[in-house]
Amino acid sequence: MADKQTATSKEMLQVESVIGRILQVGVIFSAIVMAIGLGLFLVTGQSGYPGTVVPRQMGLILQGTWQLKPYAIMMLGVYCLILTPVLRVIVSIYAFYKERDHLYVAITTLVLFILMVALFIGVHG
Amino acid sequence: MMQTALLMLGVGVFAGIAGSILGIGGGMIITPILTLGMGLNIKYAIGASIIAVIATSSGATIAYLRDNVLNLRVAMFLEIATTIGAIVGALLTGVLNPKYLYLLFGCLLVFSGWNMVRKLRRGQEVLQRVEPDKIAAKLKLNGSYYDKAEMKDVDYQVENIPAGFSVMFGAGVASGLLGIGSGAFKVMAMDTFMKMPLKPSSSTSNLMMGVTAAASATVYFFNGAILPSIAVPMALGILGGAVIGSRIMQVLPAKWIRIVFIPVILYIGLQMLFKGLGVHF
Repeated sequence: MADKQTATSKEMLQVESVIGRILQVGVIFSAIVMAIGLGLFLVTGQSGYPGTVVPRQMGLILQGTWQLKPYAIMMLGVYCLILTPVLRVIVSIYAFYKERDHLYVAITTLVLFILMVALFIGVHG
Repeated sequence: MMQTALLMLGVGVFAGIAGSILGIGGGMIITPILTLGMGLNIKYAIGASIIAVIATSSGATIAYLRDNVLNLRVAMFLEIATTIGAIVGALLTGVLNPKYLYLLFGCLLVFSGWNMVRKLRRGQEVLQRVEPDKIAAKLKLNGSYYDKAEMKDVDYQVENIPAGFSVMFGAGVASGLLGIGSGAFKVMAMDTFMKMPLKPSSSTSNLMMGVTAAASATVYFFNGAILPSIAVPMALGILGGAVIGSRIMQVLPAKWIRIVFIPVILYIGLQMLFKGLGVHF
């Protein structure tokens, strides 16, 4: 039992550093997108949209990003940031799977499933 | 415009540092500054504060993971309770009188604050049980972390899993029903009920808050509560602040963190109690 426990914690360190790296990339990516949008917004003084309009449909945001509209790029960055915790749950499932920890694959998958239900209720509620 | 951006960046750095050290989202700091200080509509303030929670969480976890302070198994296991709680809370809106919830959680937080004062007096941060907890062992929840303040590895055991799980469920209900970030409850569930050391409690709480907030953030994102000119510079500030804050947290003695945490938790607790009793100030 004691041996099994040390093996588990060693594997865990490895798992956590892999997750950490992927999450770092995700967070830094969203920060760069937000910073580019903010930079454009401050330099041009334009949001790219009339008045106080903020693009909030995904289609509009992607279209606006393509046209280099500052608010669209900023919203895209915010959306990427919102997805980083979801990314972390997904990567954790994979990491537990690599570690052959079936119990935690199940637990983390359940968390992802509940999260999806919450998103669904949120969007439609 | 430049001024607003710089101000939000500065507020963000401050909120990120404080939030990541204590394991509470930046919402408690952000919301009053935006509504009272800048006269921003509460809708946008809530939108900004939910982004703040995610930024604190993501900023802090990238720094924590390298140092392995947080406990991923505890986080994922308890996240089941929090996310289900959040859904139940959202569904209960309009059914359950929030008054009772404010009273219940106000009492819990005050109790937890008092408990922390006792821990502080005892001067002992990590409690080792002679008899390991069966559920904790089965779920592999016991862990260890390297404490930079004490310069040693700290092995710890957790206990009272059902109680911690229940408080986490309640924390989820509270955040779904009352729309409040529940970082203080999460730290309380782990530190007070499950007897986890404060530093892993705080960083695990930070991770969990991000996951829970991601669900509700999508709703706010698509219903137009996010004001990019406010939320973006603030989020950038918080990301930086949270990275700095989590570095500071690791070298701070747990005792100091507790000294800062106690007035904060008592303040939130009393505020909720007063809200539950219908007293406004």
